[in-house]
Amino acid sequence: MLSLTILVPAILNGLLTGAVYGLVALGLTLIYGVLHIINFAHGALLTAAMFAAFFAHRLLGLDPYLAAVVLTPMFFVLGYCLQRFVIGPAAHGEDRNVLLVTLGLAVVIENMLLYAFGADTRTINLDYAFRIVDLGIAFLALPRVVGFGVVLAVTLLLWLVLSLTDTGKAIRAVAKEKLGAQLSGIDVAHIYAVTFALGTACLAIAACLLIPTYYVNPHIGNAFVLVAFTIVVLGGMGSVTGALVAGLFVGVVESLCGLYLGESLGQIGIFVMFILVLLFRPSGLFGERA
Amino acid sequence: MSEVLLSVSGLTAGYGAIEVLRGIELEVAAEEIVAVLGSNGAGKSTLNRTISGVLRATNGSIRFAGAAIERENPAAIVARGLIHVPEGRCVFPNLTTNENLDLGGYRRGRAGRDRNRERVFEIFPRLAERRSQRAGTLSGGEQQMLVIGRGLMAEPKLLILDEPSLGLSPLLVEELFALMGRINREGIALLLVEQNVVQCLEVARRAYILEQGVFVLNGKSADIRDNPDLKRAYLGL
Ligand SMILES: Nc1ncnc2c1ncn2[C@@H]1O[C@H](COP(=O)(O)OP(=O)(O)OP(=O)(O)O)[C@@H](O)[C@H]1O
Ligand SMILES: [Mg+2]
Repeated sequence: MLSLTILVPAILNGLLTGAVYGLVALGLTLIYGVLHIINFAHGALLTAAMFAAFFAHRLLGLDPYLAAVVLTPMFFVLGYCLQRFVIGPAAHGEDRNVLLVTLGLAVVIENMLLYAFGADTRTINLDYAFRIVDLGIAFLALPRVVGFGVVLAVTLLLWLVLSLTDTGKAIRAVAKEKLGAQLSGIDVAHIYAVTFALGTACLAIAACLLIPTYYVNPHIGNAFVLVAFTIVVLGGMGSVTGALVAGLFVGVVESLCGLYLGESLGQIGIFVMFILVLLFRPSGLFGERA
Repeated sequence: MSEVLLSVSGLTAGYGAIEVLRGIELEVAAEEIVAVLGSNGAGKSTLNRTISGVLRATNGSIRFAGAAIERENPAAIVARGLIHVPEGRCVFPNLTTNENLDLGGYRRGRAGRDRNRERVFEIFPRLAERRSQRAGTLSGGEQQMLVIGRGLMAEPKLLILDEPSLGLSPLLVEELFALMGRINREGIALLLVEQNVVQCLEVARRAYILEQGVFVLNGKSADIRDNPDLKRAYLGL
């Protein structure tokens, strides 16, 4: 049995990691819930966002947290245009096509990054990257604590937008009743694009939260998105709050498995749990039952 | 007769290679109630979908309030004041009654929205009692009122109702037809698709009878109602 002084920091660190996982999953689950498609380009877009944050610092000297303020709207617009002018038109209304288009997009983006920047792994050095927050019972890395707070704020903001604004209501309406939405005068193509844009904007924020303590290479996004897929299923496909809760949960599972089984086996726990959930509770741990 | 609000001519439409509507000619005047009757699968809902822009016409023209709308998307057509309340109860189940109504007036300003909502609550007091309830948990009749109310929120000039009385109790059907008269008296034209042929011919001024994608008969409701031969031949009454 491990003592509390080891267990508590492990759990807290798991929560911090899990929050960023949750943010990546948030975008994925939002897009799934409204467009009913699995966005295979999610990982590649995260990678692109991380490169953007990296070069914003390297070339322009922009601090990642400052870069988030610029990159989030940029990725919002990018996501909007991708859905409105590429994915939507190329799909001709067939979900099967959408899948292939996003997959194709992922290949194109990754290879462009590979061609432009090579396969090297890059990191940035920030003076605050190794600063520690002392909670008495645990030491936590400052950038990860900041990340946790930002993720909570972003989730709350997204929830408010979906609950209170006209566009948010339209997004929820389109998710469940597309025909009724069309006939109420809601421009479904626009709402699809806004949703995709929100999902992509989440990635820009996640990228800026990750870059101070993480590295970037042309495949980095996939590692996160694989975990994010698990979170989406655990949280209930399409559930925004489910994604956050499941993200935190997965972070803790990973951290505890790392503690008990060794650092390199941390993610095994996630996938074992994933298979168990698929077997016994396919609607997700926190999702509504179908 | 007052001015023509909707005029459809030479309209053909269908699904892929299947042609459902063939050469439809239809007119609805402002503030008129017109019925479209026909057996299951005749193409009534297909006609509604084509008029509201959800389905593309393959041929022919649709004019509404003086503009050609056959190439417009549904949102633009709604903005013109042509509202189609589809068959089945397409409420937004995850949204409250109020939110459903708000989205019906999506394209109207907030001030107009509050006024319209009060008007809808006046027509359907039951909806006012259930304003904060999730639409998915409303009864079938309440959901039907909600989708009609949602349509009214958009300030329609023409409201297309596709089988609004389906699945309602006889009492509620009676109430619904009375309400249609009331909505119409507020200056809204109605294009009514119904299985309740008798009641429908009571409220509509004119009726069209659709068989396998073509109108085989149209005329004053009263004439159809009073002619046993016509009723037997076309409506199985
Ligand atoms: N999405 C679709 N794809 C292919 N065929 C369709 C589709 N929708 C309807 N049809 C066909 O078009 C024809 C007309 O259907 P429509 O729904 O317009 O009939 P309707 O007159 O509204 O019937 P009902 O009274 O049962 O509602 C039917 O033969 C139907 O099978
Ligand atoms: Mg029908």
